[in-house]
Amino acid sequence: MARNKEALVLLLDVGPSMHGVLQEVKNICSTLVHKKLVYNRSDEVGIVLFGTKETCNELAKELGGYKHVTVAHDIKVVDEGTSQALQNLPAGSVPGDFLDAVVVGLDMLIRKYGNTKGKRRLCLITSAQHRLRDPPEGTKEDQVDTIADQMKRHDIKMECIVFREPGIHHNAVMDENDWLLYQFRNRSVAKVVQVDSPTSLLGALKTRNVLPVTVFRGDLEVSSNFKIKVWVYKKTAEEKFPTLKKYSDKAPPSDKFASHEVKVDYEYKSVVEPDKVVPPDQRIKGYLYGPQVVPISSAEWEAVKFKPEKGVKLLGFTDRSSILRHHFMKDVCLFIPEPGNTKATLAVSAIARAMHQMNKVAIVRCVWRQGQGNVAFGVLTPNISSVNNIQDSFYFNVLPFAEDIREFQFRSFSSLPSSSQPTDEQQEAADNLVKMLDLAPPGREVLKPEFTPNPMLERFYSYLDLKAKQPDANVPPLERCLRRITEPDPDVIDQQTPLIQNLGKAFELKENPKKKKARTQDRLAYTGAGDQAKSVAEPSAEKDGVLVVLYPPTENIGEIRDLHPVQDFEAMLAKRSSSTWVQKAIEEMQKYTTALLENSRDGDNYSKALECFAALRKACIIEQEPEEFNQFLTKTYERLKKGDVANFFQLLSSKNISLISKGEAPDSDVTEEMARSFYLKQEAASE
Amino acid sequence: MDLDPEGIFRDDSDEDDDNVQEREANKEMVVYLVDASPKMFTPATTQADEKQETHFHTIVNCITQSLKTQIIGRSYDEVAICFFNTKEKKNLQDLAGVYVYNVGDRDPLDRPTAKLIKDFSCIEDSFMSNIGSRYGITAGSRENTLYNALWVAQALLRKGSVKTVSKRMLIFTNEDDPFSAITGAVKTDMIRTTIQRAKDAQDLGLSIELLPLSRPDEEFNVSLFYADLIGLDGAEITEYLPSAGEKLEDMTDQLRKRMMKKRRVKTLSFAITNDVCIEVNTYALTRPTTPGTITWLDSVSNIPLKTERSFICNDTGALLQDPQMRFQMYNDTVVKFSVRELSEVKRVSSHHLRLIGFKPLDCLKDYHNLRPSTFIYPSDEHIFGSTRVFVALHSSMLRLGRFALAFYGNPTRPQLVALVAQEEVTSSAGQVEPPGMHMIYLPYSDDIRYPEEVHVTSDEAPRATDEQIKKASSLLKRIDLKNFSVCQFANPALQRHYGILEALALGEDEMPDIKDETLPDEEGLARPGVVKAIDEFKASVYGENYDQEEAEAAAAKASRGDASKKRKAITDAASLKSAAYDWAELADNGKLKDMTVVELKSYLTAHDLPISGKKEALISRILTHLGK
Repeated sequence: MARNKEALVLLLDVGPSMHGVLQEVKNICSTLVHKKLVYNRSDEVGIVLFGTKETCNELAKELGGYKHVTVAHDIKVVDEGTSQALQNLPAGSVPGDFLDAVVVGLDMLIRKYGNTKGKRRLCLITSAQHRLRDPPEGTKEDQVDTIADQMKRHDIKMECIVFREPGIHHNAVMDENDWLLYQFRNRSVAKVVQVDSPTSLLGALKTRNVLPVTVFRGDLEVSSNFKIKVWVYKKTAEEKFPTLKKYSDKAPPSDKFASHEVKVDYEYKSVVEPDKVVPPDQRIKGYLYGPQVVPISSAEWEAVKFKPEKGVKLLGFTDRSSILRHHFMKDVCLFIPEPGNTKATLAVSAIARAMHQMNKVAIVRCVWRQGQGNVAFGVLTPNISSVNNIQDSFYFNVLPFAEDIREFQFRSFSSLPSSSQPTDEQQEAADNLVKMLDLAPPGREVLKPEFTPNPMLERFYSYLDLKAKQPDANVPPLERCLRRITEPDPDVIDQQTPLIQNLGKAFELKENPKKKKARTQDRLAYTGAGDQAKSVAEPSAEKDGVLVVLYPPTENIGEIRDLHPVQDFEAMLAKRSSSTWVQKAIEEMQKYTTALLENSRDGDNYSKALECFAALRKACIIEQEPEEFNQFLTKTYERLKKGDVANFFQLLSSKNISLISKGEAPDSDVTEEMARSFYLKQEAASE
Repeated sequence: MDLDPEGIFRDDSDEDDDNVQEREANKEMVVYLVDASPKMFTPATTQADEKQETHFHTIVNCITQSLKTQIIGRSYDEVAICFFNTKEKKNLQDLAGVYVYNVGDRDPLDRPTAKLIKDFSCIEDSFMSNIGSRYGITAGSRENTLYNALWVAQALLRKGSVKTVSKRMLIFTNEDDPFSAITGAVKTDMIRTTIQRAKDAQDLGLSIELLPLSRPDEEFNVSLFYADLIGLDGAEITEYLPSAGEKLEDMTDQLRKRMMKKRRVKTLSFAITNDVCIEVNTYALTRPTTPGTITWLDSVSNIPLKTERSFICNDTGALLQDPQMRFQMYNDTVVKFSVRELSEVKRVSSHHLRLIGFKPLDCLKDYHNLRPSTFIYPSDEHIFGSTRVFVALHSSMLRLGRFALAFYGNPTRPQLVALVAQEEVTSSAGQVEPPGMHMIYLPYSDDIRYPEEVHVTSDEAPRATDEQIKKASSLLKRIDLKNFSVCQFANPALQRHYGILEALALGEDEMPDIKDETLPDEEGLARPGVVKAIDEFKASVYGENYDQEEAEAAAAKASRGDASKKRKAITDAASLKSAAYDWAELADNGKLKDMTVVELKSYLTAHDLPISGKKEALISRILTHLGK
């Protein structure tokens, strides 16, 4: 059995309050399963859904109760079945009771493993918005206590992720639920995180288990006769893109056990005699010093090289302001007092709090291991714990040595010519931008690093899974939720449109005509607001630029350009090297059309947009994707009918471009009557 | 040459593609033109108490220091040192008053060597006798030494293409008006030809920079002559003004900083909104300096070895060309990817900076860090007006206490970054922190771990009392590092590394003794006030008799700790058990292999031998112990 093998039960709330994020719940759990399939092949996973209409679990069969909890997948070693079970999460119709689900999950683990040792985990994703069923006896708190005791006895940990839409009104039920969940935390069996956007939901679950390993255990030496026992762990460490092995296709296809691996072999040959291979014992390392090469054998080098003693020594304290944030060099470590050592905990707590009060930091010199060839020199900053049962600790950041700093001189902004200094009006526009594009309004923070998934890795693992099924699949586009990380939120941009336009008007950017664009810059497609003046005369030219910036082409082929949008779209559809192309083409076209409408002034883009709508509608009928068009039309209409382009829909209506009905595409659930009255009815409803 | 297949010097967390690019793109060639006229040898300060140092000395120091940094960090750059206004002449063109300094068989413009640095650092001792100083442009003489110097420098810089190499000449002088000794038509003619010479050089892509030194009695006046020579206009002249030579060290600092050529890493476009997209340059201001690369040599002949890499199929043993497909084991099956597909996966957005929004500075936590930061400064090279937008944003962010969150679509690791505005900080030694923004690479959720939660119990964690915190505060006040700055410590490992190499390169026997500056100040910590503060804090947290208790506990542990008691019991039991057999006889009769492993181990335990390994290993260990 593999070390660090884990059994995990996912407890997923599929009740009505979670319907909006089921896709994300599916994605995050899939990523977790995909990573297990790569890194932890022997881990076991079970899936429990709650808030479902049906009931299906052992406890309900044996004892009754535990309604609306469905075991979708028994605890089994991960395989395709596991990810299959996540593919179609049914939207439940009943508010979920998370305590019931926890009991069912716990019961599954105990039934399966009894008292055997091992890592067991529950992972609960819920909105915790609904009133819990009252227990038959005692209070809910007693129930939580009983569950926590059971979990402790079997050494089972729980992770709770509470998702609630931002701005939701907190009521007594939620407060009670939260309190119950935090009760689990206080009993040290659970960790609770609260998230408020689909993107941060994706980042809330740790999808890969890393066994924490200490970097150092020993003394933090304040002086020769005062030492504090500490353990040092990594606080941040970059999760790298997996290193893929080189593939060899030489093995015969019949060989089922071929490893397909490629061995890389290094041979050292003399420059003078290129045919002779020099054996390892006849090689010696040459160290470069300027143009000179100094040969030194490893034994000699070992004798003279720098060999510091293991230990962490304090150099002293200094003002926080003398350490600049940008001097932090590496990933961060955490110094915690030796577990179970009360005196050390107190000492760390006292120094950390004193540092915090006086705004000081400590400078330390660290040699983590005996025989390490260098020293790390860095700064300890206090980490005052806000949770009762977590100790105070220090963060450790590596600082640069004198050799690591390059003192480049830059022109002071105040000495810049007035042509480069902003005017008052421009400064005000910038101020407003900084104020309005606020990602951290009171009580909230968007894109907190703690809850932001790595879009590249998310995409890789989902592509890996896709490729395992369809070896010739194309790279899928970035999902909507992940785009929130790489681009500003379009809703915010919409809200702040006047402000952004103001900024564009305030500053004049011009391309330097003398400089030829470098190859890379060609792709970047700079667009300046300076072009605005001339663009009034030739609107399409300007639009082109804006669109390129809005939607930087991810593919060389298959982008919809402004010149012949309809042709491009059809070309994309015609390509259809895989089914994803159709989807992509439709998506691109929808985006393009939306952008056309949104950037339309006095209806200058109407005829083009009309063509696009017609083409899109036609394609959706042919491709049997009526839903795509119907939803798009409904959404666009809902969003824009009140705006400047309201009259565009009259145009659409007059050209009979409405919803796709059942008669045109059997998959559609729109009747002909509905299609005909679409514009009329919507208008009536809005009034 | 610089292959390091075993990755000895590569710390994987230090891997930095920026560094590599920087090296390839910006090789540099520099000619230092040092004025050697007698004026340079007059004392640079008027204060009587200070040591009488000359400007010449200052410059020699600066160049030596810069060569030392260069040989460690940028040894691929090439350098030439050239004096003008000298008695002797030494240059290919055989022009008077110009002396190209060199050592050994090095080309005049070449990579710096250990010998060059060593000899140059003590050049002052022999300068007067070997090279000599004189006034360059004098009335009556037709020689124009400055003109000659420019010509020689230009000739030296002839090699290499300006497209791939940046070429510079740096003029060090304290003479602001080199043509003051002559008058009339000769003067205007000389000035005209000298300026023309400089202009020709600049047209060839060579940049000319001036590092002026002010004499104590009068300030260096750039506009007298040099502004025309290097082609400065009004606004830029102020930038060039040397700070008045109040303190010589400050001047050395300033010169040293100015000698360094700014190397930009990349030019990026920074999209602030959909239609405001500006241009910025990125610079790597802090990067870990690592010991240079190694190369393999033949230990007999010391001739460099060539490394050849070959790819061999693991299944068939066939030799492969560099394979283009990669694979990942997934669900026990092979999933293949092409290199192109992988790079496509990594490209999650277009390759530039995209502003997402702003956050207050306290959202940037101490642990939001992964790699050294990158500095960004605006540029108007391709897009006019970029600087203006940047300056406006910079000052808004500073005033409102916010940092910008942006997405950087770097193809190797697309990442969210925090852009933190940095105000300019200056001191008498010039600019300390340049104005601009620092790009701090933020971790993703997968990169953050929660080690503090590993050892939680349901008990409340102990917290220090106010009294203890007070004691800690007085401790903090006692052990205070005054005027701490990050760049005051040299890396002891690196200093030692290069110290050894330098000694060996120069053939010295003595290994240098490098002082480790990072060790704590023992003396300071032994001061009574500090000792008292430490003792008081210790007593308040650990109790008065802690040391004694500790010592007793340690002693108790050593003599009869729980573990050792247990171990003793096991050994006793084992010796009892093992005494039941006559081991020598068993061994003689070859019966040992019939014993169980447990029985064998009892013998080993009783005799304090390792009990690891397979049965055969155990038997052979017993036999060895029995002496058979």
